[in-house]
Amino acid sequence: MKAITVETKRGARVRVLEGGEGQPLVFLHGAGGLFAENPFLDRLAKHYRVYAPELPGYGESTGEDHLREMLDFALHGWDVVEKLGLDRPYLMGHSMGGMIAAEMACVAANDLAKLILVDAAGLWLPEHPIPDLFALLPFEFAKLLFHDQAVGAAMLTGGLDFSDVNAVAEFYIGNAKNMGVAGKILFPIPNRGLSRRLYRLKAETAIFWGASDKLTTPEYARAWKALLPHARLVTFEAAGHMLPYEKPEEFCQAVHEFLG
Amino acid sequence: MKFTWFNLMPWPYLREDFREKHRSVWVDIPNTLYDPRKGHFLYHEYMDQLEFAESVGFDGIGVNEHHQNGYGLMPSPNIIAAGLARRTSHAAICVIGNSIALYNPPIRVAEEFAMLDVISGGRLVAGFPVGTPMDTNFCYGQIPALTRDKYREAHELIMRAWSEDEPFAFDGAYNQLRYVNCWPKPVQKPHPPIYIPGGGSIETWDFCLDYDYNYSYLSFTGYVRGKQLMDGYWDRVAKRNKDESPYRGAFAQIVCVGEDDKEAEELYAEHVKYFFNRCLHVYPGFADPPGYRTIKTLKAGVASQLTEGAMNRFPTLTWKELVDERFVIAGGPESVRQQMEEMIKGLHVGHIFCLFHNGDMPDAKVRHSTRLFAEKVMPKLRNMWPDWADDGRWWPKPMEDRLHPEEAPGKDRVWTNRAKAERTVAHNGDGRAAAGHAEHRHGPREEVR
Repeated sequence: MKAITVETKRGARVRVLEGGEGQPLVFLHGAGGLFAENPFLDRLAKHYRVYAPELPGYGESTGEDHLREMLDFALHGWDVVEKLGLDRPYLMGHSMGGMIAAEMACVAANDLAKLILVDAAGLWLPEHPIPDLFALLPFEFAKLLFHDQAVGAAMLTGGLDFSDVNAVAEFYIGNAKNMGVAGKILFPIPNRGLSRRLYRLKAETAIFWGASDKLTTPEYARAWKALLPHARLVTFEAAGHMLPYEKPEEFCQAVHEFLG
Repeated sequence: MKFTWFNLMPWPYLREDFREKHRSVWVDIPNTLYDPRKGHFLYHEYMDQLEFAESVGFDGIGVNEHHQNGYGLMPSPNIIAAGLARRTSHAAICVIGNSIALYNPPIRVAEEFAMLDVISGGRLVAGFPVGTPMDTNFCYGQIPALTRDKYREAHELIMRAWSEDEPFAFDGAYNQLRYVNCWPKPVQKPHPPIYIPGGGSIETWDFCLDYDYNYSYLSFTGYVRGKQLMDGYWDRVAKRNKDESPYRGAFAQIVCVGEDDKEAEELYAEHVKYFFNRCLHVYPGFADPPGYRTIKTLKAGVASQLTEGAMNRFPTLTWKELVDERFVIAGGPESVRQQMEEMIKGLHVGHIFCLFHNGDMPDAKVRHSTRLFAEKVMPKLRNMWPDWADDGRWWPKPMEDRLHPEEAPGKDRVWTNRAKAERTVAHNGDGRAAAGHAEHRHGPREEVR
């Protein structure tokens, strides 16, 4: 995958990882952003032309001041698709990216080929409150996000040494920048009324879920399925919220089966 | 120098094992720990202390806003201030302040502050904090990255509501109001003095200087640590070519006065330790939600460097450490005077918010400490800034003919001349008319006992 930068009509400068050949597939990352290594994207690039834009405020992308509320995020997504010159791409969103992808699919129901929601945010079940991401301490992330905490911790920090004060400060500032943007649609409750708009969704949809997701627990997969009765629900054993990172092989296999 | 007697109003019944049993004194502290029947006595005890502070000569009495907080029992400081406005008549009433980003619409703050200013006869100091993350984000659900923007808009709306004489439409990003028309308006013109409490955000300094507001640094870590931050503020004042009046700055400090150093320790140590060891037990996850501080401020590292090290020590600080490292100013009157002087000069501030009530301190000790300070310390610190003696820009200018309602209970007061005064006012067609004013001055003073 190589990185390019595009500027949307609204003036956001967006870094996009792109690579591979085939039908266009746009991947929207979660609140943590893309990692340094994203093996599932490399795998998908064997079958599709993959685009993974970074939201403004994440990595080198700028223009987060344009994003204030949910509609801004959805329209920004379409602005990027337009700038990339894509026609009816597959849309796939993970966690917060799933929330944005679903919103995009409601706003412009005819403009995508298929939709994949991966451990998606955007719903709220009062009887299953989602842990407060914004009040977590850095060392608490791994146990919520991964089935295998130890592997997850290394992945999250890129092998960061937590005894190195400067490295921690840098990690902290990076996280504050990302999550600050995410907070606009996830804080204090990650629900911006999407369920009231899902009736508009037309695209064939798959719901992928890690069976041991401790952030958006499998009850949320069932809630999505109840709202989208025609969607295909696929659950992955021994995978947490970070399913694409934890089980890249099985995940990509399932994507391939659904998209063809 | 101006001295304001400040009460945070802590809950004094947290048990010794509070830290072990609960993760935070703030946000998710179990509300079963609160007992409203005890609360009844406590509010009155605390308000009595504020009134007592006026009677011994403090310039101001101060309250602030916290939510879901075991050391701050004033979700609405305006309610306390309203009570004080009726039972005092000299001291400035410093509400430091209302977190204006929390109110929908914030015109509510313009109205309530105007009410307080009118009831108190122009004695209000109006504080506009951005608000702590605990209060603003976690208790009141504001989005961290938008809090500052919402704050700026709320500020604009309130100041326009106070200053404009005609109803106007306000089309904001967070507030849309077709008819903004503040009724009542404040007594003080163009508005009460504005104080901006801050904890070290660079943007806040510039905001204060843009509008010539007072910058108040409210910390519990004492003036030695506070110096680094206040120096940053004064550097900014100089860079912006503003005069360096010490009244541009205020600082909050815990103060404990005994007859001598030994008595101070005997009387106050356990209560100050209660405050640091139990009251300041805040879950770190609530301290800094992503987006609350700007990246610029995070990179400058001002706030974190200053406070994090100190905060980690709160649970175990001993009296000796608290005093030697100047978390608190404590001792006999002369020792306290010396430390106060060092603080005032070192920080270059004209306003001190003095915290005499700490943790679970009983009333008698609070008054003892307060009285010693008022009688033996405060008089010697009055003339710290002779070059700025006439600088009243950051202090209220009350009505000279205001009422003194505390001098007689309301049930005994008879408003003999009110009807006449109202007729005069109506006749002039103007509430500010001189004739009406004069009638009013004498009316309420003729009391029947």
